[in-house]
Amino acid sequence: MQAQSPGIDRRPTGAGGVNSLLTEPAPVRWLLTGLALAFLALFLVIPLVSVFAQALEKGLGTYLESISEPDAWNAIRLTLLIAAISVPLNLVFGIAAAWAIAKFQFRGKSLLITLIDLPFSVSPVISGLIYVLLFGQQGWLGPWLVGHDIRIIFAVPGIVLATIFVTFPFVARELIPLMQEQGTEEEQAALLLGASGWQTFFRVTLPNVIWGVLYGVILCNARAMGEFGAVSVVSGHIRGLTNTVPLHVEILYNEYNFAAAFAVASLLALLALVTLAAKTFVEWKSNQVRALVETDAEIGENPA
Amino acid sequence: MNIELQNINKSFNGSPALRDISLTIPDGELVALLGPSGSGKTTLLRIIAGLEQSDQGSGPVRFGGENVARHNASNRQVGFVFQHYALFRHMTVFENIAFGLRVKPKNSRPAEPEIRRKVHALLNLIQLDNMANRYPSQLSGGQRQRVALARALAVEPRVLLLDEPFGALDAKVRMELRRWLRRLHDDLHVTSVFVTHDQEEALEVADRVVVMNEGRIEQFGTPDEVFHHPASRFVMNFLGNVNIFRGRTDSGKALFGPLAFDHSGEAQAYSQSAQMLVRPENVVIHRQKPAEPSMDARIVHINTAGPQVKVDLLGETGENIHALMSQERFRESGIAKNDEVFVTFQSARVFLDDYSI
Repeated sequence: MQAQSPGIDRRPTGAGGVNSLLTEPAPVRWLLTGLALAFLALFLVIPLVSVFAQALEKGLGTYLESISEPDAWNAIRLTLLIAAISVPLNLVFGIAAAWAIAKFQFRGKSLLITLIDLPFSVSPVISGLIYVLLFGQQGWLGPWLVGHDIRIIFAVPGIVLATIFVTFPFVARELIPLMQEQGTEEEQAALLLGASGWQTFFRVTLPNVIWGVLYGVILCNARAMGEFGAVSVVSGHIRGLTNTVPLHVEILYNEYNFAAAFAVASLLALLALVTLAAKTFVEWKSNQVRALVETDAEIGENPA
Repeated sequence: MNIELQNINKSFNGSPALRDISLTIPDGELVALLGPSGSGKTTLLRIIAGLEQSDQGSGPVRFGGENVARHNASNRQVGFVFQHYALFRHMTVFENIAFGLRVKPKNSRPAEPEIRRKVHALLNLIQLDNMANRYPSQLSGGQRQRVALARALAVEPRVLLLDEPFGALDAKVRMELRRWLRRLHDDLHVTSVFVTHDQEEALEVADRVVVMNEGRIEQFGTPDEVFHHPASRFVMNFLGNVNIFRGRTDSGKALFGPLAFDHSGEAQAYSQSAQMLVRPENVVIHRQKPAEPSMDARIVHINTAGPQVKVDLLGETGENIHALMSQERFRESGIAKNDEVFVTFQSARVFLDDYSI
């Protein structure tokens, strides 16, 4: 998930941009490239195309009907609501965690880093079960919640909690290496110039990582909208109420309503494509910023 | 505004970085903190700035008599210049310099035209008028360091602190920039402290030099004093090249082969080890045995490339001796490789274990 660094290749290149001294003979190159392309086509392109093909199999009318039917529409609205709640919260948590980890020294730092990674390392089903065990009717807090008429499991709050848990690492993981690389000297300089902590954060720290933040938000959003496992456990699959888009796709599919299932699924596929495009743009933009910083060394000394 | 430090101690994870430092930096002077890496000079500068806290039981830091202990880095009103500039990379040169003015609380923040006027005056001062809209990444190292200096000066600091300000620059730019800093200081007269490990830089630029070693101040004095009257073996060794001869004391004299020196230390019944330090330019080579006590030596190597001639000799005590002389004197002396000659030492300094003659 880490963007490749924008290294500039300065090797002398022969005809066709390939330095024949440093690479394999042509047949080997074609074979390897061909293999990679075949793999991509088989596992990525064909499935993606087939999603759209299946979705439109029964014509555009059925397609539009399937995604504007009330249950589908409710699922879309719920998914957007979940993302609208969990992404901003994870944005704040992620920035706060990355800031603390990258800019300060404290006891238990490595424990905090491990905890941030936890959602990546446990199965999403387990993530969902944690909340059922905590807030479910048989759970630790269940009786108290029932007593106060608060519903978390099989309701929107549970889905939000599970989604936040699963998508927590995206922003933080993106920002920690970036902030660590930038060090703390600019912050010290800002403090010494009389800036307060808030001024330093909003005028110096945040602008320096803004493209990284965007990148993290895009990935976080994609996962929040597409999450299946954890949400499936806590949602209860109540049609029109606690069904998100991925859950709705599953229900339609299980009902052998393939055209509708693929029609709704095509929305998620579309989201993936938009995400990829946005991610590529942000990567390109942040590499451009970074490349500007990296040309430092190449500008000769010419004092006025 | 003078800076007073009293009994400053600082240790990192139990290992001491500063040991009982007391120092007064006079108002309006440019003072160098000079020492090898690990001598504590940067730590001392950061304590003055408020970026580090001295240990419990340390004395106060005072600016112009006022204890600044309760002020943290952001309200101590110091200008600080980092070795690697620490310019705000997402801001233009103009915005970098204006930063300190823009973050002031509303009631003391200058109006926009005033900020513009001030920034342009500073850009003029650092001779970068036409670079206001560039980003730091579009400047050379020397230009960046001047922007960092202008940024620090914009808030009219009470003292100016510079941490190895020329350390990241190449030799030629370094030389130009330090002379420029000296002229700038002569115009502004703000009390300034800069950290350096380059003795040439300290001796050339500073009004006074603080020589530090292992968290202690070895000597505090003018460049002339520390160079010509080093207070310790460390200072003499650190400020320029030296030849070191090992010898022993015997009945009140320090003996180095055929040479004997009086020493003012208490004559001990037992023999102590002693060292004699001589700068290469103070080694005099004679072809005839001189009247004064001298040491026999053989010329091993002569290097005439450079402003001065370097002569390597092997002394009768088995020590290598480096000598420097002008091209003119070298031609007059007519010495050549493998010649057997006699050397005498001017301004030799003898140090016993704990004290010097």
